[in-house]
Parts: sequence; C-alpha cells; structure tokens
Amino acid sequence: MNSGTVAGLWLRLLLLPLLHSRFTQQELPACKPILTPQWVISAFAVVSIIFVPIGVASLLASRDVVEIVYRYDSDCVPASWASDKLAYIQNPNISKTCTRTLTVPKRMKSPIYVYYQLDNFYQNHRRYVKSRNDWQLRDASKANDTSGCDPEDAAGGNPIVPCGLIAWSLFNDTYRFTVSNSNLPVNKKGISWKSDRDHKFGKDVYPRNFQNGTVIGGAKLNSSIPLSEQEDLIVWMRTAALPTFRKLYGKIEVDLQANQTITVTIENYYNTYEFGGKKKLVLSTASWLGGKNDFLGLAYLIVGGLCFFLAAVFTIIYLVKPRKLGDPTYLSWNRNPGGH
Amino acid sequence: MARPGRRRDKLRWSKLYTFSCVRPAVLLDTENPPSLQGPGFSRVVYCNQPRVHRKKPFRYPSNYISTTKYNIITFLPKALFEQFRRVANIYFLLAAILSLTPVAPFSAVSMIAPLCFVVGLSMAKEALEDWRRFVQDMKVNSRKVSIHKGGGKFAYKPWQTIRVGDIVKVEKDQFFPADLLLMSSSYDDGICYVETMNLDGETNLKVKRCLEATLPLDDNTAFQDFSAIIRCEDPNPNLYSFVGNFEYDQQVFALDPSQILLRDSKLRNTSYVFGVAIFTGHDSKVMQNATSSPSKRSRIEKKMDQIIYILFTLLVLISLISSIGFAVKTKYGMPEWWYLQPLRTTNLFDPSQPALSGIFHLVTALILYGYLLPISLYVSIELVKVLQAMFINQDIQMYDEETGKPAQARTSNLNEELGQVDTILSDKTGTLTCNQMDFLKCSIAGVSYGIGSSEVEIAAAKQMASEISGAHERVSSSQNPWENNAFRTSEIELESGITCKIDKVRKSAVKGFIFEDNRLMEGNWSKEASADVILLFFRILALCHTAIPEANEETGSFNYESESPDEGAFLVAAREFGFEFCKRTQSSVFVRERHSSSHPIEREFKVLNILEFNSKRKRMSVIVRDESDQILLLCKGADSIIFDKLSKNGRIYEEETCKHLCEYGEAGLRTLALAYRKLEESEYSAWNTEFLKVKTTIGPERDALLENMADLMERDLILVGATAVEDKLQKGVAQCIDKLAQAGLKIWVLTGDKMETAINIGFACSLLRQGMKQICISTTTADPLAQDAKKVAKENISLQITNASQMIKLEKDPHAAFALIIDGKTLSYALEEDMRYAFLNLAVDCASVICCRVSPKQKAMVTRLVKEGTGKTTLAIGDGANDVGMIQEADIGVGISGVEGMQAVMASDFSIAQFRFLERLLVVHGHWCYKRIAQMICYFFYKNIAFGLTLFYFEAYTGFSGQSVYDDWYMLLFNVILTSLPVISLGVFEQDVSSEVCLQFPALYQQGPKNLFFDWYRILGWMANGIYSSLAIFFLSINIFYNQAFRAGGQTADMAAVGTTMFTCIIWAVNIQIALTMSHFTWIQHLFVWGSVATWYLFLLGYGITSPLYSRNAYKILIEALAPAPIYWVSTFLVTAACNMPYLAHISYQRSVNPLDHHVIQEIKYYGKDVEDRHMWTRERSKARQETKIGFSARVDAKIRQLKGKLQKKYSSMGVLQSA
Repeated sequence: MNSGTVAGLWLRLLLLPLLHSRFTQQELPACKPILTPQWVISAFAVVSIIFVPIGVASLLASRDVVEIVYRYDSDCVPASWASDKLAYIQNPNISKTCTRTLTVPKRMKSPIYVYYQLDNFYQNHRRYVKSRNDWQLRDASKANDTSGCDPEDAAGGNPIVPCGLIAWSLFNDTYRFTVSNSNLPVNKKGISWKSDRDHKFGKDVYPRNFQNGTVIGGAKLNSSIPLSEQEDLIVWMRTAALPTFRKLYGKIEVDLQANQTITVTIENYYNTYEFGGKKKLVLSTASWLGGKNDFLGLAYLIVGGLCFFLAAVFTIIYLVKPRKLGDPTYLSWNRNPGGH
Repeated sequence: MARPGRRRDKLRWSKLYTFSCVRPAVLLDTENPPSLQGPGFSRVVYCNQPRVHRKKPFRYPSNYISTTKYNIITFLPKALFEQFRRVANIYFLLAAILSLTPVAPFSAVSMIAPLCFVVGLSMAKEALEDWRRFVQDMKVNSRKVSIHKGGGKFAYKPWQTIRVGDIVKVEKDQFFPADLLLMSSSYDDGICYVETMNLDGETNLKVKRCLEATLPLDDNTAFQDFSAIIRCEDPNPNLYSFVGNFEYDQQVFALDPSQILLRDSKLRNTSYVFGVAIFTGHDSKVMQNATSSPSKRSRIEKKMDQIIYILFTLLVLISLISSIGFAVKTKYGMPEWWYLQPLRTTNLFDPSQPALSGIFHLVTALILYGYLLPISLYVSIELVKVLQAMFINQDIQMYDEETGKPAQARTSNLNEELGQVDTILSDKTGTLTCNQMDFLKCSIAGVSYGIGSSEVEIAAAKQMASEISGAHERVSSSQNPWENNAFRTSEIELESGITCKIDKVRKSAVKGFIFEDNRLMEGNWSKEASADVILLFFRILALCHTAIPEANEETGSFNYESESPDEGAFLVAAREFGFEFCKRTQSSVFVRERHSSSHPIEREFKVLNILEFNSKRKRMSVIVRDESDQILLLCKGADSIIFDKLSKNGRIYEEETCKHLCEYGEAGLRTLALAYRKLEESEYSAWNTEFLKVKTTIGPERDALLENMADLMERDLILVGATAVEDKLQKGVAQCIDKLAQAGLKIWVLTGDKMETAINIGFACSLLRQGMKQICISTTTADPLAQDAKKVAKENISLQITNASQMIKLEKDPHAAFALIIDGKTLSYALEEDMRYAFLNLAVDCASVICCRVSPKQKAMVTRLVKEGTGKTTLAIGDGANDVGMIQEADIGVGISGVEGMQAVMASDFSIAQFRFLERLLVVHGHWCYKRIAQMICYFFYKNIAFGLTLFYFEAYTGFSGQSVYDDWYMLLFNVILTSLPVISLGVFEQDVSSEVCLQFPALYQQGPKNLFFDWYRILGWMANGIYSSLAIFFLSINIFYNQAFRAGGQTADMAAVGTTMFTCIIWAVNIQIALTMSHFTWIQHLFVWGSVATWYLFLLGYGITSPLYSRNAYKILIEALAPAPIYWVSTFLVTAACNMPYLAHISYQRSVNPLDHHVIQEIKYYGKDVEDRHMWTRERSKARQETKIGFSARVDAKIRQLKGKLQKKYSSMGVLQSA
C-alpha cells in the first residue's frame, strides 16, 4: 500500500506555497482547553441552572393544556354486535351514527383542536409509506403515473387518483358537536401545512376513479374538489411515525366553559376492529410547547437534577481530595518510580 | 603490457598472500570426487554453450527478474481478489449487489458509489506501487554487460538476455549480472576483489580467485573454442557455500565459494573478469534470499478487524431479531392490517409465506443497519493516514539538507504502528555509521597524541556538563550541602578530563583524517624525544597493508584502494604525516618520506612476505627489507593479541599504551596496536624456506601449519604504539539512541561485520560501555570432521545460554547491565527451533544485543523471532540490500535513503535520510498518529452505533418492516458530510502535547507500546457510550413527540418531523462529543466541528426549498414546521446534554482522580508552570525517561556513580585527616 508517496506527491504540488508553513509543520495556533475542576463544576452547574427552569416551564405549559380524550371504538358498537364488531363495521346497511356526551373538565380557550387518535395502526409500515405517488398528486398531467402505488394503482384498468394505499385507507369517521343544542362549528380549513396545500397537492388535480375498486378502503372523496382543498386527505397523507398517532380533524374556535357538556355525534365508519385498534376522539388546547405532555418537563428536571448532583459530587471531590493542577507528583514516573 | 589497464595488474598476489589465495587446484579424478548426483545437486551447466540451455532438461530460468506482484492480465482479478479478502469489503459488495433488488431500503447508487471509490482507490495504489517495482526491474534488467556471442567476440547486451552457460565479461565497478564462476581476471593469478555490501553489508573487499586451470582464459579470443561442464548444487539461498565440480580438459576440479561471484556484488580494484553464468535470474543466490514482500497491517488495524467482527455479529443479531420480528408480525398481524391489502402482496410482504418474507427482510435489515459498520470508516481512515503521511513527508525537521531528501512514508497504513514500537533492530554500516574511518588519535612510545575529541566524548562531556549543573542545582536546592559544591564540580571536571574544548568545531580538510596535534604535524615529530620510534610508527602505517595506490589527477596525491576502510585511514594518516605510499610493485612498496621540510625522498621497501589479516588471527604482518638491508617484521593487530606476543624488552611502553588504549576504547574509537621486530638475515631465511615448504603442502592441515609458521615469526615483538580510528557515527546517532532508550525502546544491532567492529560501534553509540557485563556467545571450533560436531556445538551454546541466564538472574546490583554479543554462526544454531526461545529470553534480559556476521536471511530470522517471540512491535532499520529481508519481516521497515543503494528504501515502509530522524519519526509522529488513529476509530464506532441503533429501535415500532424514520438523504449524508470532517480533523490534527514536549518527555511514548488508548476497556467503553447515546436520543425524542401536538398550532408530528428532530439531536450529540474528545483546537477543528452542525441546518434549509418531488415530506420542514416550534430546539438541547453528560463526568473524574501523564503536562503547559518553575520542568524532564541501561545517559549515570563513589571516599579520608 503505497499511498503515502502518491498522495504525498500530489499534496506537495497542491500545497507547495504552504510548504514549511505552520500548517505543514503542525504548528498552527491552537487553543488547548483543559478540563479543570472549576470548568467541570461550573459546566454542570450552568446546565442544571438552565435545565431546571426550562423543566418547570414546560411542566407548567403542559399542565395548562386541557385535554378531553374519549375512546369510542367499542362504545359505539351496539351491544348486539359486541361479539362481532368486524361484521358490524363491514355491514353497510347498519347505521353507524353514535351520539355521546362529553363534559369539559376545565375552561378550554379557543382554539380547541379536534383530533382523532388511532392505535395499533402501522402508518409507518414500509409497504404503506411507499405506496403513493407524489408526481400524480401535484400535477394533473401526471394522472397516469401510478408507479409505486402498487397494489392500489388502478381500478378497472384505469389509474386511480390519488393512488396508493395511504389515500385508499383514508380515515372516514366524522364528528359533529353540539353544545346546549346549538351546533358547535368545526373549522376544517387550515388543518394541514400550507406548503402541502400549495406545492404538494395540485389545485387542478381532482380525484378520479377513487374507491372504485373491488375492495373499498376508507373515505370517498368528492371528485369535484381539487386535492389541494381536500385537507383531510392532506393531513392523512403525512404518515405518522408511530403506530399510535393523532391527526388533526378540525378546530373549534369557541371557548368552552368548565362542566359544560358537549354532545358529539360520531359517524363510526372506519374499520379498526379488524386489527384491534382503538379510536379516540381528542379535544385539546395547545400551549407554546404543543399538547399535553409532561415528559419533556420531567426529562429536563431529571437531567438538570443529575447535573446538579454531578456538580455537587465534583465539588466534593475537589474539596476532599484536591489535586493541584499540573502537580508533577501525579506523573507516572513519580507515582511509581522505577515501575514503568 | 598488451592492453592499457594491465600495467599494475602484473602483480601476482598469490606470492604475497599467505592464507586466502594460495590454494592448489586439487585434481579430483584420482581421488574420490564428491558425489554430485544426488538430489539437490542436479544442475549441469555447459559453459560457453548457452544454446544447450534453451531446451529441456537444461532449460533454466533466464536472467530476467521480476519482483512485481501482478502483470497486465492478472492485475484485475488478483487485485480484486486482494481487495475482497477483507471481510468488510465483501459485505459492502453484497450490500451493493442487493441494493439493485427491491429488497433494498436505500437507492442503489448510495451503496455502489462509495464501494467503487474505496476499492478503486486501493487498487490504484496497488497498481502504482507495482508499476514502480516494474520500472525498477526494467532498469536492472536492461543494464548492459559484455557477453560472449561466439567466435571470441563480446558484445554489450542487456542483463536479461544472459542465459546459463554464457561467458560474461564484467568490468571494474560493475555489478555482476548473475552468479558467475570466475574464469580469469585482469590479474595474472586470476584474483579479483569483490564488494559484497549489497549482500551482507560488509564493506571490506573480498578476494576471489579462479581455478588454476582456467587462468589462461584471460582474453576475449580465448573463449572461442572453450567448453566445459559444471555440475553443481541446485539454486539455494546460502550465500557462503557452494559445492560443485568443474569438468575441463578431461579433468575434474572441485569448486568452492571462493570462485563464485554473486549477483549484485561489485567488482572492485580489478579491471575486468571473465565468468560463466551458473545461476541466472531468480535462481541466483541473492534472489533466492529475497523474501516476498508481505503486506503489513498495523496492530490497531488488526484489532479494528476484531471490533468489526463484533459489530458484524451485532449487525447480524439485530437483523435476525428484526427479520424474526417481521416474520411474526407478517404472519399474525398483517392479515388483520387491511390497510396494507395483505391479499395483494408480493413475496416481500406475504403473510402466507412469513418465512420467505422474513428471509427477504433479513437482507433488507442487513443493508439498513449497515450504518453500524460504514464503508466511510475505511475511506476516512485511508484519508487520514494519507494526510498523516503527508505531515511526515513534510516535516522540515526530518529533512536532510545535505542530500535534500525528506522523510517519506512509503506506506501510509503503518503510521500508528510507529507509536507502538518496542524493539528496534538496526543495521550498523550505513545506518549507525557512515562507514568512514577517521584517524583521530595515536599513542606512540607511551605518549598520546591527538587532541581532537571523538563524538562520543563530545556528547558525553556535554551531558556531563548539564548533569553537573543539574546536580549542583539539586544539591543546593535541597539545602543539604553534604560537601562543598564548588569543590565537587571542579573535581568532576578534573576527573573527566574533558573541559571546554568540546565546543571546538571539528573541521577536517582531508577525508579520513581529523588528527590534530602540532607535535606530530608538519614534520615536527622529529623534534620529539622518541623520534626514532615515531618514525617506525609511521613506517608501519605506510607499509603494513595490502592496499593499492591510485594517483588522483585532481589533487596530485594518491587515493588508496584498500580492503577495509581502517587501512585506508592509516594510509591517509601516513601521507599526512609525510610518509606517502606511492607505488606498489610485485616485490616492493615505495614510500615518499618527507622529514621536516626537506624534499621527499622515495624509499623502496622490498616486501618479502605478507601475513595477512583474518578474523581469527586478528593481526597482520609484513616482512620487509629496507634500503639498508635490514629485515623488519611490521605488525598491526588487536591489542590483546599483540600484547601477548611482545618480547621482554618490547614492553617499555606497555603500561602507558595500555592506559591510552583504554581511554580510546572508552571514547568509542577503534584501536589497533602496532609493533615490529628486527630480523636477522639467517633467522629469516631459515623461516622462509620452511614457510615456502608449508605453503606448497596439500592437505587439510595446511592452514593450521601456515598459521603456526606465522606465529613463529610474529613473536618477540617490540611495541611501538597504538592507533585510534573513529568509525564515524552518523550525525546524532548516539543522542538518538539515547533518546530512544529513554523512551523505553530496546535496540538490537544486527550487522554483517566482524565481532570486534561491532563491539567498537557498540561502544561508540553507547550501546556498550565499560563496566557492562558482556556475554559473548560463540561456537567453539569443534573438529568439523567429527560426526556429531553440530550436536556438540549446540550443546555448548545451550550451556552458554543457560549459564548467562543464570548469571543475570543471580545479579543483585540493580545498575548492572548486560550486553549480549553473538555471531552469525552461533546464531544459526541459536535460532533453531529447540533453542530459540532460550536465546530470546536471554536476549530480552540484556540491555543491548549485538549480532555480528549475520547473513541477510538471519537478520530476517532474528527479526521474526523477536516479533513472534515477544509479541511486541518491531521496527527494522537499514540501508542496504542486505537489510531488505529484515525490513520486510519487521512490523515496520525503515530504510535509510541518501546512500547509493535503493533496495532497502524500496522495500521499506518509511524512509528517512538519517538515523537520527528516527527519534522524531517515532516519538513525535508515531505518538501522535497512534493516539489520533486510536481515538478516531473509537469515535467512529461510537457515532455509528449511536446512529445505527436508533434505526433498529424505530424498526420495532414499524412492525419491523424496514422503514427508516430518517429521510434517505439524511442517512447518506450522515457519514459522508455531516460527521466525516470533524473525525478526520481529529485523526489529522489532534495533538495531546506539542512536538517539543513529546521529545522532552520520552516516557510519554510508552503510552503507545502499553496501548493505553486502544485497549478493550476503552473500545468497549466507547461502544457502551454509543449504545447509551442511541437509547437517549431515540427514547427521549420519541416520548417528546409521542402523539400530541408539537406546536402551538395544534399540528401533530409526522414521521418527517420526528425523524428530522431525532437526526438534529444526533448531529449535535456526536459533534459535541468529538469536541469533548479533542484537546487541540486550531481554526480547522473549530471550522469542521461547528461547520458540520451548521451544514446540517443549511442542508435542511436547502433540501427544504427544493421541489417537494425530491424533498418529499422534508419540504420546507425547517422553516415551516420545526424552526418555529420551541419544542424542536428544546428537545435538541435536552438530548445533546443527556448524551454527553456521562462522558463528560467520566473524563472529568478520570482527570481529577487518576490523571495520565499527558494530562498533567497539558496542565503544566496551560498554566505556564514550565516557564515559572524552570527547575521543576527540567527535573521532570530528566525523570521522564524509562529505566535504561544503554545510551549516553546510562553511561553518564554510571560515570557519575563511579565518581561519587570516589569522591565520597576522598571526602571521608579528608575528613579523617582533618579530624586527625
């Protein structure tokens, strides 16, 4: 292996002006920080000083969030079908409407976000994630491009728009809310990323041949509305990272008072019974950090606490058994003379 | 006088030479010729009939040599095979092939391109290296030599055309193109001089002599009809033996090594020779000696392989877990996952065939988790090593201004091995010494002349001076004036006898002569008290030799072609003293004597006999008749021998001379004693007739008889004086050896030279010193005819080894040092299977080991013994072709460039211009490279484990489907751009301490041989750190981005958001980690580390604004989704801190409780304590060396101990006097 000479030659030619410079002699000015006890202790202390307030702040933010989670997947199945929920959901002749009431535990300031939460749904499965075609979604002229959409690429010999498993399995439960017999409007505009609407889903691309196959998956789409306005689809097409996920359904732009009861009418169409997934309806406010999640705050407190502990430990070490920096007695030849 | 150039060749040396030349050709047809029919003796050479050798069965290899590994056709398959012998490369190849199939989780280009790059680069390296070898071969093959082409005509043809049986005419200073049988030479008696430097490293000329029978063939035309048959041994690597018969004129003559001229040795002092090619090309002895050059790998790299196996096991394990998980999920879960349309799947996701899908998925997983052992590791390491090699090449302090040659790392894959060397095996001639003798001092009639100091003395004196001032300081600072300091210092100066003259610059106008003393120069010697003895001394110098003068037209004086450089130095000295040896004829030597300022008188001395030097006799004599018909025997030889042979009245100066010889020896000079004897006419003639009779006897006892005769003459000598010649060490050799010894390195000297020479050099470079116990292991000259001679010899050696080991064990004195000196013949027994480890154990216990008269093969064998026996890293350094074997065998081979031969350099891994650069190469570059590479590899594994395992954890959340949470581009860029430059800058620029500190604290070097930075503790620690980081990164991120909104706008995180955040955490964590690892930040490191983090954000920004068709879900992810979300920044901060906290705590704890040497030195430097407290700094520097028994420091220590002892005695006796 004679790379040294070859490369040496090359580099010598390239670096000729630098020859004998401080660079080639490896004498560039350098800062050589060393970990003195002061540095270590203050580093840990500073980290803990920063982390603990952040932790407290995030915990407070999380506590501020009011969240109503209602699981309706088994609730909404009539008792007679309880033993065979799958048959119930697959029977198109039975009404799937289901009305329930929820109580607001605390005052919820608008906007209140409405989510559906699915469980045990592998939106992150490789087969699922790949099954889409971004060209087709964006450009009307690429409607016939269904590569990658296998097995949901064509129905009856004609290409499907939007093709692929993701679109095909679009969530189709719907929620309607009433408070004190008055309708509580759910704003379904602006629930998706603006960039998705503007650049990923075409304004002139209309659903075509959708859900016309032998097996019907999820929701049907109104073929007169362009994809860029089908926000449910746009949200759904952003596949979730974990098998348990929430997706934004809409926004309620009215404050809800504590102990108020909300009547929710659920059209329970979506088949999660086959794979034993749960369906939940979530109403939640959001803080600056997002939804309700104590984990971040706790993690900050724990890491901050650990740093504080370490700072203390190093302070004790420094006080109990100080080592003068640069003390030559710690050199190996002084510690065990002749023993090296 | 027929041809020019034969003038002085009229000498018939056999008349004068006693031992080596006169060997009557034994006619074997009457006696029993050795049977040359058996196996191993099948070669038949038809001299002058090369045509016979074109056909079988006498078709032997041509003289074409090739040392290349490949040719045009075999290059591609062979080089590819070499490349894919690396397990890792096979893995990458498989991954690349599989990436073309749909099972791959990534695109094919991202797998194939880096593989092509790595393999292509390595193969290009191989090709270039082989091309260079080819060019070198071609140069040798196309050298021209005069070959007999029939009809008595010779023509110049390239070497490669020579075939066995060709008659070749080689001219002065040419190399022999093949192994030749000497037919005749320009000298009438068919002798020639040969320099075998390239074969065995010996610099003295050897005399070869042809058979009497072929003497008349001394002319081109004589070969017109010549034909003969040689039956001899088959090709073998033994340089010193040859068995064969020469059938000529219906007679059979026995051949022996003295008629064989070996390829690659050089014809000297002889106008031309004729020879018959016996062994050509690869059959020749020198080629047989060549060992194929092995590809070397460093220890770290070998250990890295083990780590790779571990990681590979881990990779297979998690892939298996993944694929089993996948199969289970596919079988039991997938039929229920209607959204995947399980009934319309391919094989890859077929719930009815979970096993098949599982197997497909195994492949996917193996590729996906390939981040655990990335191909970029190899690319980065190669690149780093090349850059390190560049720094070695560029180091101005290893640049030799005289020859203009820089140090050169010829292979870059051994850089880090330089930091782990344990034993250095060094050649002597040309490596330690310049092989140039300088006449420095002499002792005549009991008076020592010559005021110059040898290099050893100069260095020792300097050392002493600094030691004394150091001691002075130590004593005064300890406030314990146990004696008067001033008194003590001056006393030591007095004792050592070396004062300020050390600073005098030694200049020498005449090569080989640096004598300085006005008492002898310019004819002043005649004013000395014993001028007659001085005259005799000079005459011995001028007469007692076998050299030939050669007029130098430029200077008008003479150059001398001598057998050994010592002799040359004597003649130059004699010339400078006014005794110019100017002419040699058959019977006389002419010397131009110039007493004081008078005109030179040319005197003729008739040479009656020359009793020449051999290593057994250790002396040579000439018997001359001067102009007044006085017969004199002039003798020079080893002092021990000469002193035994002095007559009673010849011992007047013995005591003083003895003392002087001791001093000279101590100063590292080569000494010889000179003596003479006056002979009566009658005594001489009586002896001579007897001598002539013995000379012509035939039989095995002839040599012994001749020696007896010589002994008879060389007795009752009168001592004249002694000479001291400095075998000039190369610049800085002694200091370098001293430093290397302090760094804890063991140094062995392996030389082809004589034992005495080797011992002298041992003294000169402080490997030996007075007071060191020398263990000489040698063979007793057992009767070679005895059947069990070998057995006896072996037993004897075994006994010597056991005794010596016993002696070392029983030694109580901690300062006692032993030196082992062994010669080649003994070594051949000691290296045999049953004895080698006993020998090695003994050698390891000795402070220095000197092996003399070793063949190139033995050098390699010793190297292998050390390498394999001790299991430590060995470094071999040499300059000649005879060192090639050793250089190739050792873990690291270093060639000295700058001398004529290039073979050693060609075979070496590193080449330096001077031995002294070895210190910097090892102590600075080796130390740095070792630490850099070790840290770099550890970090590399860390970062890839930290990254690769997050992919695995995520798998468990995707039903083991092989989906990765990161965008393909993130993964591709992770190793290529985002984390590569910081780790490369760590590998190229990291310095724990500066180069000056490395040199000042040689003990720091021991961190390498002790392998403090790449032991399993450290490697596994780093791996654990990687696993911890992967867990922290993954689970913290996942839990932060679980299912709830991550923004005030209520949006939930999709896979792209989670993946990007996680990846941001990884980039931060690993870059902060490397910043914690580094201790040396130049702007380059800052740029690379912080630049990498910045590059990530810039990339994300750039990637986000490309068309969503390419960036897909990463479209505008930073500006739209993540950057405005505080949780993104907050979680990055949290994860980074959590990942690096344990490492920071660990290193802080290590440093505060158990600091390593370089930590303390860094602190001293950081606080400028070295400037503040100079005394402490010097004290630590002097302590920072390994316990050593060789080198100057050890010598000075011994001297100081001795002086202290003396002074204490003196002091106490003074005290006694005072009190009395």
